[in-house]
Amino acid sequence: MIATKEPGRSRLRQELPREAEPPHLLGSLARWLWLGVGVLALLLFFSLASDDWFTIVNYCLIAAIATLALNLLSGYTGQISLGLAFFMGLGGYTAALLGGNPPAGPLDPWGLGLPVFIWLPAAGLVAALVGALIGPSALRLRGFYLGIVTLALVFIGNYLFRNLNFITGGPQGRNFPVPAFGGFSLDQQNSILGVALTSGQQYFLLILVVLLLSALFVYNLSRSRVGRAMRAVRDHEVGAAIMGVNLFEVKMGAFVLSSFLAGVAGALYVSYARYVIPDYWSLSLSIQFVAAIIIGGIADVWGSILGAAFVFALPQVIDYFSLLPPSTGGGGLSSGDLNALLYGLLIIVFLLFEPGGVIGLVRRLRPGGPRPQRLGTGASAGAATVKEGGESIEVVDLQQHLPGPGEERGSSGTGAS
Amino acid sequence: MAYFLQLVFAGAAQGCIYALIGLGFSIIFKASQVINFAQGELLLVGTYVVASAVLNWHLPFLLALPLGLLVTIVIGLLFERLVLRRMIGRPPFTVLMITIGLDIILRTLVIVGWGSRTIPAATPFAITSGFNVAGVHLGSSDLWTLGVTVVLCAALYYFFRHTRYGLAMRATALDQEAALAMGIDVRNVYALAWGLAAAITTLGGVLLAIDSLAIDPNFGNAALVAFPAIILGGLDSVSGAVVGGVIIGLTSVLTAGYESRLPAVVGTGLHEVTPYLIMILILMIRPYGLFGSRKVERV
Repeated sequence: MIATKEPGRSRLRQELPREAEPPHLLGSLARWLWLGVGVLALLLFFSLASDDWFTIVNYCLIAAIATLALNLLSGYTGQISLGLAFFMGLGGYTAALLGGNPPAGPLDPWGLGLPVFIWLPAAGLVAALVGALIGPSALRLRGFYLGIVTLALVFIGNYLFRNLNFITGGPQGRNFPVPAFGGFSLDQQNSILGVALTSGQQYFLLILVVLLLSALFVYNLSRSRVGRAMRAVRDHEVGAAIMGVNLFEVKMGAFVLSSFLAGVAGALYVSYARYVIPDYWSLSLSIQFVAAIIIGGIADVWGSILGAAFVFALPQVIDYFSLLPPSTGGGGLSSGDLNALLYGLLIIVFLLFEPGGVIGLVRRLRPGGPRPQRLGTGASAGAATVKEGGESIEVVDLQQHLPGPGEERGSSGTGAS
Repeated sequence: MAYFLQLVFAGAAQGCIYALIGLGFSIIFKASQVINFAQGELLLVGTYVVASAVLNWHLPFLLALPLGLLVTIVIGLLFERLVLRRMIGRPPFTVLMITIGLDIILRTLVIVGWGSRTIPAATPFAITSGFNVAGVHLGSSDLWTLGVTVVLCAALYYFFRHTRYGLAMRATALDQEAALAMGIDVRNVYALAWGLAAAITTLGGVLLAIDSLAIDPNFGNAALVAFPAIILGGLDSVSGAVVGGVIIGLTSVLTAGYESRLPAVVGTGLHEVTPYLIMILILMIRPYGLFGSRKVERV
């Protein structure tokens, strides 16, 4: 149980203003319409796009899964983490160890040759397990401290990845397994139900399925009792604890689930890239995901996907159209530099003026749309935060996420599980 | 024995550099409860400006150094004035993220302006200058680093204890509202903290560049090693930053010096992570650091 129920609470709840609409999963006509447009766009893209576009989009969708992972921990639960790259790396090397070829050369140091439906979930599980081991000590720390410890995790991970040669191939990197379903290996052209599919299209389908599952999971979790507990922890730890939220359970849950998703994203990344060096799992990779959640939208599934597209697909799109000269290392503006400048600037602009990110902007401009999500004031200052401005907004936000009468039955079931 | 003493000397010098960078962090944290993630990139910009001034514009080192300091001070002040001042009262999460934004911008500007190649660092010393004592080589740059750190710490001590503005900064750190009520302009104190921190950090960066002979766009990562130093000393303790810096410098250099004699299983690069391992250990045992103030949190 995340929260305890007292008999007096229902009376309290009825006195609160109920602004949020009762939740419907794809309830209104407009939503069905949007779903139709989305599916149509996907089908058009799938049948018309070139291989180059599949490469750009596939990497972006993998990044979206990792962005969801970070958003779960930092966006919904408010725990600063710079360690995402470490957990992605764990997932990647688990995939390599379980799914890789038997020892063949320096670039294939070790591998058990297991099928994808074992190594892909296992990548997430191993990352989650390590998260569960680190979590109890790391999550005792708050705010900046947690950020700095997770930063240390990236450096320690990098040291391990560079030295565990029999798994990671050492500094020069290693090859990674290709997902194969029965006889179908995803790096070759296969025909499924009589339709010939390129390698890029097959990867696209696999990644899209994993992304959809992750997005649905995060979306449903965020609307459950657990999700409300997570937001309560983010907005005011002390307040949440007083309301009966078990802080440790909620933070640990978010940390472990986030590590799981990051591990899966890491495994998908390495199996698509085929060859990765240990230095890839760096602090700057983690920071790119931080940029993605801030620009896309804190605590929002669509925001995560938009943010990943902005940070991870834009430079490739600029390169695809050859809008800028390629990078030479001698200075001058390359596509990656332009993108980094843009997202550095956008982090500052969004945090100053629209903490809800792009998706917050969209939702606010849409007539009749729900109010934008806001960042909580955090609870690290304890009682001192009560004096500070902005507090009343957070309380309103908390109230919004209290369940309506129709939702109560379903959500209490989730809380008990 | 001489080898050990040599390592201790080099470690102490490197520790002084981490102490200077760490001082930058703790001055800002003490004044405004903000961890400035962009500290490393302020240092990066400063060292690149100094290197350019000496190598391309042929200025004397003693003129290039104040120029580099001036540039980072201006960046620090502008960021404080234009961005952070609007963030007062916002959660630490948001403030940390916004300094990451500045970090990305400065780093990218350095790559765009100077390229991602390694360039030689500006140095006023010949590499071999210095003298030998009992088989230990005392390099000029290391001696200067130690000297500058000691003088600077003494100056900071005097500043915080015996000057008007130093007193104002300490008062603000202690209780912002009481300081306001006493007629202290807290906004000026924030600006002063940022200017001071930018200058001290850049000085540390320039000394580190002299020591490592060359710089590249990853040079700012040196500031990340100063994180363990300030956590070890206690985030809000200025003297703790110095002690923490020296401990981190010593362990890092000693590990690097004896790494080849350790069993092969430790592999390479252990000295790069020892600061973080020490930091995690400290955080588990004494989360407020060796000298930090222990915050009482009651619900």
